[in-house]
Amino acid sequence: MNPALHVENLFVRYGRVDVVKGVSFSVAKGKSYALVGESGSGKSTILRAIVGMAPDWRGKTLIDGETQVAYGNLDFARHCQMVFQDPYASLHPRRTVDATLLEPLKIHGIGGGSAKVADMLEAVGLDRRFRYRFPHQLSGGQRQRVAIARALMLEPHLLLLDEPTSALDVSVQAEILNLLVRLRQERGLTYLLVTHSLPVVSFLCDRLGVLRQGGMVEQAGIEVLREGTFAKPYAQELYASSLGAGDRARQKSLPMAPETEKDV
Amino acid sequence: MGAMKLWLTADAPDSRWQAQAGQIYAISRSFARNPLAMLGAVIVGLLVLVAMFAPWLAPYSPTGQNLSMRLMPPSAENWLGTDELGRDILSRIIHGSRITLLIVVMVAVISAPLGLLIGAIAGYFGGWTDRVLMAVTDVFLSLPKLIMALAFVAALGAGLQNAIIAIAVTAWPAYARIARAETLTFRNSEFIAAVQLQGASNMRIIGLHVLPLCMSSTIIRVTLDMAGIILTAAGLGFLGLGAQPPLPEWGAMISRGRSFILDQWWVATMPGLAIIIISLGFCFLGDGLRDVLDPRQRDGR
Amino acid sequence: MSAPLLQLRNLRVSFSGPRGPVDVVKGVSFDLGRERLGIVGESGSGKSLTGRALLRLLKPPARVTIDRLVFDGMDLPSLNERQMRAVRGARISLVMQDPKYSLNPVMTIGVQIAEALRLHEKLPRREIHARVCDMLEQVRIDDPQHVMKLYPHQVSGGMGQRVMIAMMLIPQPDILIADEPTSALDVSVQAQVLDLIEQMILKNGMGLILISHDLELVARYCDRVLVMRQGEVVEELAADQLHAARHPYTKGLLAAVPRMNETRTVLPVMDRSEVYET
Repeated sequence: MNPALHVENLFVRYGRVDVVKGVSFSVAKGKSYALVGESGSGKSTILRAIVGMAPDWRGKTLIDGETQVAYGNLDFARHCQMVFQDPYASLHPRRTVDATLLEPLKIHGIGGGSAKVADMLEAVGLDRRFRYRFPHQLSGGQRQRVAIARALMLEPHLLLLDEPTSALDVSVQAEILNLLVRLRQERGLTYLLVTHSLPVVSFLCDRLGVLRQGGMVEQAGIEVLREGTFAKPYAQELYASSLGAGDRARQKSLPMAPETEKDV
Repeated sequence: MGAMKLWLTADAPDSRWQAQAGQIYAISRSFARNPLAMLGAVIVGLLVLVAMFAPWLAPYSPTGQNLSMRLMPPSAENWLGTDELGRDILSRIIHGSRITLLIVVMVAVISAPLGLLIGAIAGYFGGWTDRVLMAVTDVFLSLPKLIMALAFVAALGAGLQNAIIAIAVTAWPAYARIARAETLTFRNSEFIAAVQLQGASNMRIIGLHVLPLCMSSTIIRVTLDMAGIILTAAGLGFLGLGAQPPLPEWGAMISRGRSFILDQWWVATMPGLAIIIISLGFCFLGDGLRDVLDPRQRDGR
Repeated sequence: MSAPLLQLRNLRVSFSGPRGPVDVVKGVSFDLGRERLGIVGESGSGKSLTGRALLRLLKPPARVTIDRLVFDGMDLPSLNERQMRAVRGARISLVMQDPKYSLNPVMTIGVQIAEALRLHEKLPRREIHARVCDMLEQVRIDDPQHVMKLYPHQVSGGMGQRVMIAMMLIPQPDILIADEPTSALDVSVQAQVLDLIEQMILKNGMGLILISHDLELVARYCDRVLVMRQGEVVEELAADQLHAARHPYTKGLLAAVPRMNETRTVLPVMDRSEVYET
């Protein structure tokens, strides 16, 4: 069986600098893969290259085993969609939720739009009273639900998630993460997630690749992340600094209060 | 009425057309709450009405000369006085409203969409398309409007229609610049990327997603330009290249009245007042429209 | 025990909305000594407004009422704007979220830090230069002479935030208010910047108000935590008592964060039916 997404030896160049240097990975069908790294690691650039938004790239990207002519290609659009980071910038400010969700159906000449929009709103947990609202009348979490609904309107198999929760509050992040998990189960989706947050990866993904300055440092299964047993020092370092105070606190052996004595 | 209002302001509209009706209701309500916008709408509405019913409203013929009544000051018979050929100025202004409306509407209808489209295309595609289109735009912008309009009319021949075409040709570059600047601010934004990823064609994106966002600033600019358009038309008329005598075009009337401005002030002042009032009306209307057309602004009120 | 360094009673902030005034901060009170206080809440909880109100930085249309705001024996609400400026920066400093927006892009870093010092103290040039250099060293910038000549766009986010901290600490204030000082930074840099803030606070014996959405981060760097929700303080906790939180909101916030060793298939979600806005 072909993997849902196969990237081989991908280079992306901005100006004269390669910002992605020979990255390869595959995501099996129905699985969820995460690209993690700090800013400048090229993780978002890889997503952009896959959908064809990066101007200058070489290498091979196969979706369902086929090379796709990306960007603006109708066939590609039905295979692969993207959810963006900033729910405040990813919705057209003058279009209602309804118009935003209908647009992909209109582009592809798919009928029965009204019922499909209603179904999709229900699937992403948005009350139907939000259907004719404008983005500015919605909260960040509601907007991100709309963005996810928009990406799913064409029933793609592969969903690229570019930091989908980093602009949201923790309680809203939990809702969106739950939604993503549920949608993946219900629809058999494949996810490629880009994030800087390792705990999110632990919740949502099966495998991850650690990137640094455009190169792949280490790929590992999720057990490695949960136990913190990365092979490469950089990956382990990233793991250690991402270990939230909460994680430390939960491991009761570590003290919660700062070690330094209080200054009075 | 109460039920109707409830239906229009429903929190969860049942159908798309109820939602649209609700939007129109919200737009008109917020428009009605803006006194200046309402004033503008009333002035422009009056202009349209006057233009429609000019023959019935005007007390005299706009071209009927009466040399014994030359240059009479405003009186009970001629409310706004008479001009150098004894024609009733009020009647001429009333009939002239048709010409003014025609010029203004035709110029706006031709130049605004042209400028919007060129600007949006340049901003959206960027690169060479942008450079070429903007170079052309800058050439047009750098030439004085009246001179360029003159050149066009000279080439096309005198007359009202050619004057309209000439003015439209000189007016679009400003709109193109505005539309391009607006487009650049959201050209790389995620909501445009999202429709691109859905496979929308470039023309669809420009038409349905880019242009609506450029509209409000262009509407403002067009309404602010109205006075200028009227005056350019007047300038052409004055040089004998626009509306031809004896057509009662307001600008031409001012030019004719210029010779008598010190002794018979009303000849030039009355059509001038008409131009000022109409220009203000368009400005207020445009300002109000901008606030009302933007859903974010609308809710703020 | 003497009076606390800062005493705030019943802070209220409201904005006028389309349907009358909307209260966004509803009666917040706390005392601050030379200690580290964390204020935690989600967006819309009023935590940042609280920080700004302390410095009287909120301008109309925000309406602020305070029963009592005393800093070091001074009644802040009664000060005039000039006296207030002497407090702001010199005695109470504010570090904001994103160094990109808080540094002036057309002034070098050295000039900006010197400016912060010069506003509050009259010193000869040479001494200012030495103090700036010293300060940059304290925030662990290795080559201060070089960094002083750089413009803000030439430094990384973490470096920029250190520069901000240097700028805020150079007049030696008594209280530092840090409003999401690290949310724009990478995780590895976050820890460095927070460690730095912690050290400077302890070394200078200052008070710290750390405002953040991240409950666990605040708990790690503070002594006491106020949990805010929709303009109200719902719970006040000693930082090491976080796991003993009683209020359902605090518990919900803690539970909603995914863990590194995540085995839950569904994250607990708060019931927000009561707070749904139209």
